[in-house]
Amino acid sequence: MKKLLALLLTVVMLFSFAACGENGSEHLGMSDAPIDAVEVKVDYEIPDDFKIGFICLHDENSTYDLNFLNAVDAIQKATGLKDEQVIVKTNIGEDDACYNTAKDLATQGCDIIFANSFGHEAFMIKAAKEFPEVEFCHATGTKAHTEGLANYHNAFASIYEGRYLAGVAAGMKLNEMIEAGKITAEEAKMGYVGAFTYAEVISGYTSFYLGAKSVCPSVTMDVQFTGSWYDPTEEKNAAEALIAKKCVLISQHADSMGAPGACEAALVPNVSYNGATYESCPETFIVSSKIDWTPYYNYIIKCVVNGEKIAADWCGGIAEGSVVLTGINQDVAAEGTVAKIKEVVKGLTDGTVKVFDTKTFTVAGKELASYVADVDDMGDYAPDTEVVENGEFNESVKRSAPYFDLKVDGITRLNEKF
Amino acid sequence: MENTKNKKSFSFHIIKREQTVWYKGLAIRAAAVLLALVVSGIVITLLTDKNPLAVYKSMWSGAFGMDIRVWSLFQDVAILLCISLAVTPAFKMKFWNIGAEGQVLIGGLATVSVMMFLGGKIPLPLLLIIMVVASILAGIIWAVLPAIFKAYWNTNETLFTLMMNYVAIQLVSYFLKVFVKTGSGVLFPMPEFGFPVLFGQPYLLNIIIVVALTIAVYIYLKYTKQGYEISVVGESQNTANYIGINVKKVVIRTLIVSGALCGIAGLLLVGGTNHTINTETAGGRGFTAIMVSWLAKFNPFFMVVTSFIIVFLQKGAQQVSTDFRLPQAISDIVTGIILFFIIGCEFFLNYKIVLSKNGKEND
Repeated sequence: MKKLLALLLTVVMLFSFAACGENGSEHLGMSDAPIDAVEVKVDYEIPDDFKIGFICLHDENSTYDLNFLNAVDAIQKATGLKDEQVIVKTNIGEDDACYNTAKDLATQGCDIIFANSFGHEAFMIKAAKEFPEVEFCHATGTKAHTEGLANYHNAFASIYEGRYLAGVAAGMKLNEMIEAGKITAEEAKMGYVGAFTYAEVISGYTSFYLGAKSVCPSVTMDVQFTGSWYDPTEEKNAAEALIAKKCVLISQHADSMGAPGACEAALVPNVSYNGATYESCPETFIVSSKIDWTPYYNYIIKCVVNGEKIAADWCGGIAEGSVVLTGINQDVAAEGTVAKIKEVVKGLTDGTVKVFDTKTFTVAGKELASYVADVDDMGDYAPDTEVVENGEFNESVKRSAPYFDLKVDGITRLNEKF
Repeated sequence: MENTKNKKSFSFHIIKREQTVWYKGLAIRAAAVLLALVVSGIVITLLTDKNPLAVYKSMWSGAFGMDIRVWSLFQDVAILLCISLAVTPAFKMKFWNIGAEGQVLIGGLATVSVMMFLGGKIPLPLLLIIMVVASILAGIIWAVLPAIFKAYWNTNETLFTLMMNYVAIQLVSYFLKVFVKTGSGVLFPMPEFGFPVLFGQPYLLNIIIVVALTIAVYIYLKYTKQGYEISVVGESQNTANYIGINVKKVVIRTLIVSGALCGIAGLLLVGGTNHTINTETAGGRGFTAIMVSWLAKFNPFFMVVTSFIIVFLQKGAQQVSTDFRLPQAISDIVTGIILFFIIGCEFFLNYKIVLSKNGKEND
């Protein structure tokens, strides 16, 4: 028996040596997530006849929708909801089909109906008016605070904090390249693949850029828009174009594997979004920020079960567990990234670090003293609310969906058409 | 053919069948559907651990489970049928118009533009008339351009119409950027400028319009001189020339009809259904319609059946993926199998396979 055990151990050791030897250096792999996980607390009883319906624009093939679907699985596990109580409708377009599906779900007896895409909003509102006893919750929308419907709600997360943290990791990688002599400080240019010239995207890439700038002051960034939330080919082309323009690190706000795939092929480091792309891009993936929707699902279920009102606008942050980071790929990220990010997370939670601190960026060469944004989104495209207060651009405070749409110095938009 | 069994022979040939009697045809088709259900049942059980009977039940409920689903089913049938009617005259003429997608979208874009810029400024009835005219004109332009090039310079209409799709999609993208200043690319719907709602049923008017169009297209193709000219050009351009049909004129005129019908489909989708537009508004129906039309052998009344089958399968498949939390791919596989059998049985209805003896060549 002992002999056998010894033999087994030898074999195991041999194999582990072989594993190390293959790449010449040790594989460090993914670290633990640098933000501590927030437990989903289910401190309420869910009746057996409770039902919740989810409407998703695409299916699990889109990283954006997959993120929502993973949260559905998580909340189901946490609450013990049965399969019959959770109805998931995927591939529902941003048109009349959304209204139909919402109506279908309401007729089936759903107490809550949640939709995940910006374009679903009008159709959710239409259904909400028809079914006042059902709660309609919509991610990324802008109308709840002005629509005045008791059963229609918007939600988002302060994902700009997550992007800022991912930006810090990117900046540290740039510093590592500069120190290693691979690029000069002036050549520290990042590329960003964005979907539309829309506040959600602008707020996202600006916070990413400011995160990088906080550790690497000489950084600049080029942004290429695709005009679509999900277009693998366009996203791949955009990433390749940015790489050809000497961008040494790429990030993206679009929902396919186009950009991360192009980075892996060209061996250019990539900061991802909506979840880890480590599996398919082990040589280039650094880190990914994402919104975890589980806390919001938990919140709305709790409200409905306890008969409490759901807030018209809900914006989850790091403390709620809505803004999360994946683990950091220690084979690609610069040394000390995990520790640095943990430090910045602490700063963000205790308020000593602010993402849109007006001292850290300029717009057209000037510090931003005041900005009136179109927060009410009534279709007039007219500014209505002052959002710069106490030396900070107050993102996602006046409503949950982002409204930062300024052109910060150091970022170049390569195309404006979208 | 039952006597041609010959153990040494492996050669066979395919010959065209005489007209099959209607009940035989019906029986063969029913058998094909049944066989398709059995095969997809086996596939479902092999790929997942679900009971195929439960899967079929879920498919049925996806299409007929509640009032809203039935209305939505007939609405989708109406739209698909309308586009199928539109492509039919062109295909019957052997003009390979694969640009219905773009023609529908551009019709929709014209409608939405009228709603945006004139909505609220002129009385609603006048607005509706302008929407109709604009959508039809836009559809015609998108269809007639490739037709003119084909008629006068014999360009390839397949490529031309296909490319026009991309132009239409990009135009929709572009105008969404222009219309929506926040940059979100999502145009808020304008139901106040849409079609009137009949008897509280938002889809009823769309359905009535398409029923009328179905009858009209049937009469046009079967009983008018123009319809006859389309068949002749489709059968043989030389014959058409010989008997004095102006082929150029017929090609252009037919594509005007085709484009106008596509424009109307766009109008129904935007003015009658969504009251907004995005690049997905046509949703691939421009291509599905080609299958609907071919399966029905260009007969508008058969197209009612074929478009119904296809929409039923789509709705059913979606319900299956919802009920069993399966990826949509599984339901698409089932739909594919069923369509494969339906299309496959058409082959056996038109041709028969005859095994022939070794060395004995026909023809």
